[in-house]
Amino acid sequence: MQQNLTVQWLWLIPALPLFGALINGLFGLKIYRRYGEQPVHSIAIFFPAASFIITLIYFIQLIQQPAEFRQLLCYLFDWIRIGSFSIPMSFWFDPLSAAMTLMITFVGTLIHIYSIGYMHKDPGYWRFFAYMNLFMFSMLTLVLGDNFLLMFVGWEGVGLCSYLLISFWFQDLNNARAGMKAFITNRVGDFGFTLGILALLWALGGNWLDSQYTVLYPERLTLVFREIEKFAPLLVDQKIWGIAVPTLVCLLFFWGATAKSAQIPLYVWLPDAMAGPTPVSALIHAATMVTAGVYMIARLNFLFALSATAMTVVAVVGALTALFAATIGLFQFDIKKVLAYSTISQLGFMFLGVGVGAFGVGIFHLLTHAFFKACLFLGAGSVIHAMHHAYQQMNNHHNDPQDMRNMGGLGKQMPITRWTYLAACAAIAGFPLMSGFFSKDEILWKTFSNSNTLISGKILWVMAATAAILTAFYMFRSYFMTFSGTFRGGQATEVHLHESPATITWVLRILGVLSILGGIIGLPHLWHLPNLLEGWFEPVFESVSDLLNWHEYSLTAEWTLMILSIIIALTGFGFAYILFKDARSRIPVRFKGMFPGLYRLAFNKYYIDELYQSTLINGSIIFSKICGWVDTYIIDGLVNLVAFFGRVFSWLNGLHDTYVIDGAVNGLAYVSGKFGQSIRRIQTGRIQTYIYVLLGGGLFLILVRFIL
Amino acid sequence: MTLTIGLTHYLVVAALLFSLGLVCVLGRRNAIGLLMGIEMILNSANINLVAFAHYIVHDITGQVFALFVIVLAAAEAAIAMAIVLSIFRSFKQIDVTTTVELKE
Repeated sequence: MQQNLTVQWLWLIPALPLFGALINGLFGLKIYRRYGEQPVHSIAIFFPAASFIITLIYFIQLIQQPAEFRQLLCYLFDWIRIGSFSIPMSFWFDPLSAAMTLMITFVGTLIHIYSIGYMHKDPGYWRFFAYMNLFMFSMLTLVLGDNFLLMFVGWEGVGLCSYLLISFWFQDLNNARAGMKAFITNRVGDFGFTLGILALLWALGGNWLDSQYTVLYPERLTLVFREIEKFAPLLVDQKIWGIAVPTLVCLLFFWGATAKSAQIPLYVWLPDAMAGPTPVSALIHAATMVTAGVYMIARLNFLFALSATAMTVVAVVGALTALFAATIGLFQFDIKKVLAYSTISQLGFMFLGVGVGAFGVGIFHLLTHAFFKACLFLGAGSVIHAMHHAYQQMNNHHNDPQDMRNMGGLGKQMPITRWTYLAACAAIAGFPLMSGFFSKDEILWKTFSNSNTLISGKILWVMAATAAILTAFYMFRSYFMTFSGTFRGGQATEVHLHESPATITWVLRILGVLSILGGIIGLPHLWHLPNLLEGWFEPVFESVSDLLNWHEYSLTAEWTLMILSIIIALTGFGFAYILFKDARSRIPVRFKGMFPGLYRLAFNKYYIDELYQSTLINGSIIFSKICGWVDTYIIDGLVNLVAFFGRVFSWLNGLHDTYVIDGAVNGLAYVSGKFGQSIRRIQTGRIQTYIYVLLGGGLFLILVRFIL
Repeated sequence: MTLTIGLTHYLVVAALLFSLGLVCVLGRRNAIGLLMGIEMILNSANINLVAFAHYIVHDITGQVFALFVIVLAAAEAAIAMAIVLSIFRSFKQIDVTTTVELKE
């Protein structure tokens, strides 16, 4: 199974977008000013597209290998080497990362193309494309990296790009604030991720020995995934603070995943992240970056499978998030907010999938979700684009182009957007034969039949099924509010509405078709058709298959559940049809009147943001104020006291210098000066005086000679 | 007893001349007078030199020495006169007690 095939050019997949980012980042402004938009986006699209083609080539090479050889390794050099511990700079192309890379480069390239139309005439055109390419690089590094550290580089890189792109229109304070919120929330998660890496390395290498940490197995010190996979079962008996190592490590990693993939309790940044341009929301906050947590758990299947506790936590958090976010999504009027909460909810489904041990199915939902959610976001972007232009034509800058209450009947002016949006809605709602149906039904079935989590799969199934009804409901609510009935934004504005340019509509067409057909890669067993994806992922997940248990149910039960899923989708659709088709029904308004408290609670997202603001954020502000006070008065006081003593001492020293040392020197000079002054009088300048002295001297000598 | 002129007479004359010269040097404030006194002192020395050479040494070294002193005195007088002239130019007088600028 551990058969690697070395390839040479794999590193180009992440490196090419980086190159594009460098070109546009360094020279973009000049190119944009001199040659306009076309060369900027040509460069930006060329590199991800080239990555996609290289990915395709390697994918074909991968398919041609027998299943157990399906791993391509591209080793570049040893990145960090400390003694026997080394971290290689190498990329790993196995079925899991291949599927992710294909999706990322494909959807990424499409969204780049889409952005030509969407970002047209934006002053930050070149900056946008530079960031987007940088994001592609980070995301591909995250997915392709064969060790934790390289993954972490990508993990941080996507966080950075997310921040840059959310606050892309930073002139508006709200956007800048949303970017910061996303970044800081992600930092909280990154802290957990880092701790996870450290705890894992700690446990791999050694243990407590006589209350001192000792490296026992230097050969086990590694951060490379496939090496860790070999050693993972040895960690089961090891404990840190009385918690089994796999459980602790998995929980720490999952902590990181909750921030990156917007799960309870760290999901709050994703709805605000909609402040960024819509292509960004589609690429980063729906299709790729936010799924990094799911990918990470699937990548670490060998660790998670060892810990029932961690699996349960993942599954429960996933199910709770799916349900919780769906209930908020019911009452939002901002079309992008609806999609944001639906993304959170769908990510909950994916975590539920990987949490119950169905790693391949979680990834399957990730892939189908990437298609239909990208399609939905891009459709919403197309609508917003049209609304925005119509408002601009009217010189109306007050109305929010994202508010669905001002839309309605857009299907007439924007048929392509409408049909693709409908297809994606059907897919996310789980209409039969649509892509979302297969993946979601599979998750529900695996949840129902799993015996890996500590709490019953049936409870999780009920939660997920409820969330699925709500999903179908609010997605079709958004569809009907936007496209059906008559336009509510005023007749004058309606005239200016028109379909988006070809770059946008063609991308929508492609993604719409994929939303419908994407499911064929994972057809259910029940239909006696080959499940391509499961076979494809088998080499990756087969090592843990012994650890996972599934309840045996009859075919009838499985069929029943599948029919239930269809009923669920149709129920949601039905309610949305009755309540929101053509905006004719009065029930929504009446509901608002009947339960004002409940309505306000859900509309304001259960006041979670306010709760965080008043507890965590204000708490940390108060804490930082206390720290500031301690710094100013205690730490600085101590430092200043020492400085004060120093000053006093040097003052005394100065006195000694001035009066004792200098006094001695000056005194000597003074004395010599005075002495010279006084004996200068001898020098009278009168010759006679000298002669008298001469004579006196002579006489004196004579006297001495004769008398003495 | 015949009066013969001996060494003592010369020495007395020289001593008288020296004393007169000394008084002249000490007493005069005029620079020219001063120089004159110096000439007298020098000549008293010359008398001594010649006398000693004649009565004690019996050769002419003393006379030669005296000749050198005369030449020297002439040179000295020439330079001194030049100095006195330039003192007169700047002070309009040659009183040595008042021309004491250099002591400061």
